[in-house]
Amino acid sequence: MTATPDSDALEGPPAGVHSLWRLRHYLRPHRGALAVMLGTALAGVGVAIAIPLVTKALIDGPITERDLGPVLPLGLIALALGVLEAVLVFWRRWVQSSAVLAMETEMRRDLYAHLQVLPMGFHSQWQSGQLLSRATTDLSAIRRFAGFGLLFLVINILQVTLVTGVLLHMYWPLGLVVAAAAAPIVWLSTRFEKAYVVVSRRVQDEQGDLATLAEEGAVGIRVIKSFGRSEHVSRQYERAAQQLHETSMDKVRLSAKFWTFLEVIPNLAVVVVLLLGAIGVGTGRLTPGELVAFITLMLSLVWPVASLGFILAMAQEAMTAAARILEIFDTEPDIVSGAQVIERPRGHLRFEHVDFAFPDAPDEPVLRDVNLDLQPGETVALVGATGSGKTILTALVPRLYDVTGGRITIDGVDVRDLELGHLRTLVATAFEEPTLFSMSARENLTLGRADASDADIDEALDIAQAGFARDLPWGLETRIGEQGMALSGGQRQRLALARAVLAQPTVLVLDDTLSALDVHTEKLVEEALRRVLGSTTGLVVAHRASTVLLADKVALIEGGTITHVGGHSELLATVPAYRELLAAEADHEAAHEGARS
Amino acid sequence: MTDTGWRGVAEVDAIEAAERDAAAAIRFTGGSGQLLRELLRPYKRALKLLVLIVLVENIARLSIPYLVKEGIDTGIPPIIADDNLRPLFVIVGIVLVATLTQALARQLFLVRSGHIGQDMLFEVRRRVFRHFQVLSPAFHDSYTSGRVISRQTSDVDAIYEMLETGFDGLVTAALTLVGTAGLLLFLDVKLGLVALLCGPFLFWITNWFRKESGKSYRVTREKVALVIVHFVESMGGIRAVQAFRREPRNQEILDDVNEQYRAANLVAFRLVAWFMPGIRLIGNVTIAVVLLYGGYRAYHGEVTVGVLAAFLLYLRQFFEPMMEISQFYNTFQSASAALDKLAGVLREEPSVPEPEQPTHLDHARGELRFDGVRFSYVDGRPVLPGLDLTVPAGQTLALVGTTGAGKTTLAKLATRFYDPDGGRILLDGLDLRDLTSDNLREAVVMVTQENYLFSGTISDNIRFGRPDASQEDVERATRALGAHDFIMALPEGYDTHVANRGGRLSAGQRQLVAFARAFLADPAVLILDEATSSLDIPSERLVQQALRTVLAGRTALIIAHRLSTVEIADRVIVMEHGRIIEDGAPADLVAGGEGRFSDLHEAWLDSLA
Repeated sequence: MTATPDSDALEGPPAGVHSLWRLRHYLRPHRGALAVMLGTALAGVGVAIAIPLVTKALIDGPITERDLGPVLPLGLIALALGVLEAVLVFWRRWVQSSAVLAMETEMRRDLYAHLQVLPMGFHSQWQSGQLLSRATTDLSAIRRFAGFGLLFLVINILQVTLVTGVLLHMYWPLGLVVAAAAAPIVWLSTRFEKAYVVVSRRVQDEQGDLATLAEEGAVGIRVIKSFGRSEHVSRQYERAAQQLHETSMDKVRLSAKFWTFLEVIPNLAVVVVLLLGAIGVGTGRLTPGELVAFITLMLSLVWPVASLGFILAMAQEAMTAAARILEIFDTEPDIVSGAQVIERPRGHLRFEHVDFAFPDAPDEPVLRDVNLDLQPGETVALVGATGSGKTILTALVPRLYDVTGGRITIDGVDVRDLELGHLRTLVATAFEEPTLFSMSARENLTLGRADASDADIDEALDIAQAGFARDLPWGLETRIGEQGMALSGGQRQRLALARAVLAQPTVLVLDDTLSALDVHTEKLVEEALRRVLGSTTGLVVAHRASTVLLADKVALIEGGTITHVGGHSELLATVPAYRELLAAEADHEAAHEGARS
Repeated sequence: MTDTGWRGVAEVDAIEAAERDAAAAIRFTGGSGQLLRELLRPYKRALKLLVLIVLVENIARLSIPYLVKEGIDTGIPPIIADDNLRPLFVIVGIVLVATLTQALARQLFLVRSGHIGQDMLFEVRRRVFRHFQVLSPAFHDSYTSGRVISRQTSDVDAIYEMLETGFDGLVTAALTLVGTAGLLLFLDVKLGLVALLCGPFLFWITNWFRKESGKSYRVTREKVALVIVHFVESMGGIRAVQAFRREPRNQEILDDVNEQYRAANLVAFRLVAWFMPGIRLIGNVTIAVVLLYGGYRAYHGEVTVGVLAAFLLYLRQFFEPMMEISQFYNTFQSASAALDKLAGVLREEPSVPEPEQPTHLDHARGELRFDGVRFSYVDGRPVLPGLDLTVPAGQTLALVGTTGAGKTTLAKLATRFYDPDGGRILLDGLDLRDLTSDNLREAVVMVTQENYLFSGTISDNIRFGRPDASQEDVERATRALGAHDFIMALPEGYDTHVANRGGRLSAGQRQLVAFARAFLADPAVLILDEATSSLDIPSERLVQQALRTVLAGRTALIIAHRLSTVEIADRVIVMEHGRIIEDGAPADLVAGGEGRFSDLHEAWLDSLA
C-alpha cells in the first residue's frame, strides 16, 4: 500500500496533464458528442465574427453610400446569423449535458466500486470525508473541465487569434493596439489565477478546519457540557472563524483588484481605439462602419481573453482532481480473491504461525506466531488484555486484513486461496462496535443474507434477544442508524449479533459482542447462543467469565501471541496471568463466600 | 431499480419535509428577514455609502458607449472639416476619466461589500455555534449532530455564496438593465422602443427559467444528499460491508441514487441549455431588428452612425446580466432557506435555561438531594414519577436496576442535561436551576459510555476538563487508572494525535482516557454511567482501585450493570420503573437474601463462575 491521505491539501499530489489524460477513456463513449460540441462551438465563433462584419457592411453601404437596397438583405443576414448562433449554442449545450453527466456518473460508479474492493488497511488510513470529496467535488471539477473548460480553451484561443487577425487586416495600427491590450490581460489572468488558487485552497482548508470544529462541537456536545467547556470550544471556534475571515478578505481583495483591472484594460483600449479610430475616419483611412465594427469586435474579445485565466485555473483544478482520483484508482487492493470454493464446509479453522503488522508500522508486529486449531463445531474463547491483539486476530479470518506471515486455513484451505465472497459467507462476525447503516432495521439485519425469510429473521432476533426491533415505531421497516431512530449501545450490539447469526455462517466470530448488555439480557443471549454455537465453529473474544463459558476451550493471548490453550477452570487453576485477567477479585470471592454461607 | 424500501421509515422524514417546504419560500419571511435585518443593522451607514458607490460606478460604466457615440458623431466631423482634433480629445479625455472612476468605484465597492459580508458571516457563525452550545442535550438528542453540522456548514455556505457572488451580481445587473433601457430611450425614442420590444420576451423566459430551475435545484440537492449519505456510510462502515459481502447490494443502491442524481442534474442542465440560447436568440434578433430599422432610419438621416454604434454596444450590455439575474434566484432562494433554518435554531430556547440571578457555589461539598422529582420524556409516560433521594457529601452510591428503570435519567437530571418536570434537585442545598452551568459543571462531572475524544493529542483530551493542569497532574491521573503504560506505548506518547474520533485506540483505551479526563477535572460529584462497560477485567480492576482513592471525599453516583463496580459503593439503591425499591449498604442488601439486589448479586456471581 503506497497511498496515504493527503494531510496537507496545499501540497497535494503532483498534478499534470498526464493524470487527466489517463482518465480519457471515460470520454471515449462520448466521442460523437465531443465532436458535435467542438463543431458547434467553432461555427459559433464564425458567426460571432460575422455579425459585426454585417454591421460594418450595413453602415458603410446604405448609410454612407445612400443606397437603401442592401438594407433588407443585410438585415436579414444578420437575423439569420443571430438565429443560427442561438441554435448552435442550444445544440452544443444539449449534447454536452448528457455526455458530461454520463461521464461523471460513470466515474463515480467506478470510484465507489473500487473503494468497496479496497481492504480495511486502506480504509483505516482514509477518512470517509476525504473519499467523499473525491467522489463529489473532484468529479465535478473534472466534469466542468471536460464539458466546458477544455472546449473553450480551444475555442477562445482560436477566437482571439482570428479576431485579432481580422482587426489587423481591417486597420493594422488599431489591430496592434488590441493585440497589445490582450497581452497584459493574459499575463494578469494567469498570474491572478495562480495567486487565486493558492488563497482559495487556504480558504477551503480553513473552512474544513472550521467544519471539523463544528462537528466536534456537535458530536461531543455531551462531553463539552459535562465539563462545562462550552466557552472554551466557542472561543476555539471563533478563533478559527476569525482566521477564515481574514483569509477570505485576502481573497476578496485579490479578486477585486483583478476584476477591476480586467475592466480597465479593455476600456483603456477603447479609449485608444476611439482616439486613433476617429482620427483614422477623419483622415479617411477608415470608414465609420469599420470603426463601429472594430469596437464591437474588440469588445467581443474581452470575455474570451479574460476567461483564459479562469479556464486555465479550471484545467489546473481538474488536473489536481484527476490526480486525487487516480490516487485511489491506482491503489491496488492487496487483498484479492482466490478461486477455490469449499463444497461442503465443515468449519475446521486453523491458525498456523500467524504474524501480523499494520502496513504503516511493519516493524511493530501486533501478532506473532499465533497457532490455534478449532475443530468443526468447536468454540474457542479468546482471552487477553486490552490491546493484546484479539480483535485483529478475528479480523484476519474473513480477510479484512491479510496475515503478514503464516497462514489461516478453513478445512485445510488457505483463506487466501478461497473465493473472497465465499470465504465471507463462511465467516460472519458480530463486532464489538456494531455498525448500523441509515436503513431499515430489516435491511440492517439481512446484510449478510438478503434472501432471509421472516421466520429466519424472527429466529435470529430471538437468539440475540433483539425482539425490541419488532416494537420500533414502524416495526422492522423503521430506519435506524445515524439518520434514523437512535438505539442504545446494548440494542445496537444485539442487532449486530442477530445480523451475524442470521448469516448462518460456518464460522461465527463474536468480538466481545455482549459488553453493553445488562446481566439479565446477557444471560438470555448466552443461553440462546449456546444452541447456535453447538453446531457452528465459534471464535469468541471474551472479557468476562460468563462469555468464556460459551466456549469449549480458551486461548489466552498475551503480547500478540497465544500462550496457553485449555479449559477455563484448568487455566484458572494453573495460569496466574489468566487468573489475573478473568478471575473476580479476591474480595469478590470473599463476597461470594459470604453470600453462600 | 427505484425501490427505496431499504431506507426504511423515520421521523426525520417529517422534519426534512418541513425543511423542504421552508426552502420553497421565496422571500426573507419572518425569522430569516428579522435575522437579516439584525445582522445588517451595524452596517446601515456603510450600506448607504455602498449604494452611492454602486451608483457612481454604474453611471461611469454606462456612459462609455454614449461617449463613443459622441466621439463618432461630434469628434469626427471637425477633423474632416478643418483638422480640428480638440473636440475628439475632450471626449476621449472624458472617456478616460469615466473609465478610471469606474475602476476606482468598483474596487472600492468590491472590497467594502466583501468586508461587510465577511463580518456578517463571522457574526452568523459565532452566534450559531454559541447557541448550539447553549441548547440543551435534549435538543441535540432530537435534532441530531448531522443537522447541527449542516446548519454550520452548508447553510452558512449558502449565505456566503449569496453575499459573495449574488449581491454584487444582482445590483449590477439591475442597474445595468434600468440604466441601459433609459439610455436607449434617451438616445433615440423610436429605436429605443423597438429595442425594448424584447422586454416581454426576456421577462417571460427569465421567469420561466427562474421557476423551473428553482424546482430542479431543490431536487438536485435532495438527490446529492442521498448519494453523500450512502457514500459516507458505506465507507465509514466498510468493515461490516466487507465482512457481510454487502458490496453488490451497496453498488446497486449507489447506482440507483447516482442515476437519480444524474437525471436531476440533466434536467437542470437542459433548462440552462434552453435558457442561455433563448436569451442569445432574443438578443440577436433584437440586434438584427435594430440594425434593420436603425439602418433604415440612418439612411433617412434620422439617426447618426454614432447612435447606431452606441445602440449596438448598449444592447450587448443589456443581455449580459440576464443569466446572472436568473442564477441569483437560486442563490437567493437557498440563502433564504438557510437563513430561515438558522433563525429557527437561534429562536430555539434552551430547555435548561441559565438562571437570571445565579447563586454562586464555591467549593461544593457535594451533597445531592432529589426532592419529589418527576420527569418524563414523553407526556403521560413518566420515567420518574416522584423521586426522593438524598446523597450525603462524600457518599458513593450505586444505582442498580433493569434497563429503563430511570437510572440514566437520574444521572442526566443531576448534571442538568434536563430539568425535572416537578420537584427540585439540590446541590449543597442550592437548586441546580439557580447555578450557572459553568459553576455546576465545575462541581458535577459525568462519564458515560460515550467516550468522545476530540481531535488533538491524548494529553489535550485529558486536559479538556482542566486545561491548566500540569503534565505531572495528567500523568498522576493516568497512572492511577493504569492508563499511563498504554499511552507511553503509543508512537508519540501523550502527544499522539487521536485522529478521526479516536482512531486506533480501542474502546477500552478511549474509555480510560475519558476517565482520566474526569479525574483530572476533580469535581465534587462524579457520575459514572456505565462507564466501565467496555473495559476488560484488569483495566476495570485498576479503575476500581483508582476509584477507591479518587472517590474518597467525593460524592459519586455509579450506574453499572456489572455488580463488580458496585463493590466499592457505600450504598446501593435498586430502581424499578422510576422508583427506589431497595436502599441500603451492599452487604446488608445481600445479607437479606430475599430482595432484588440479592438476586442480581446471585446472578452476577453465577456469571463470574
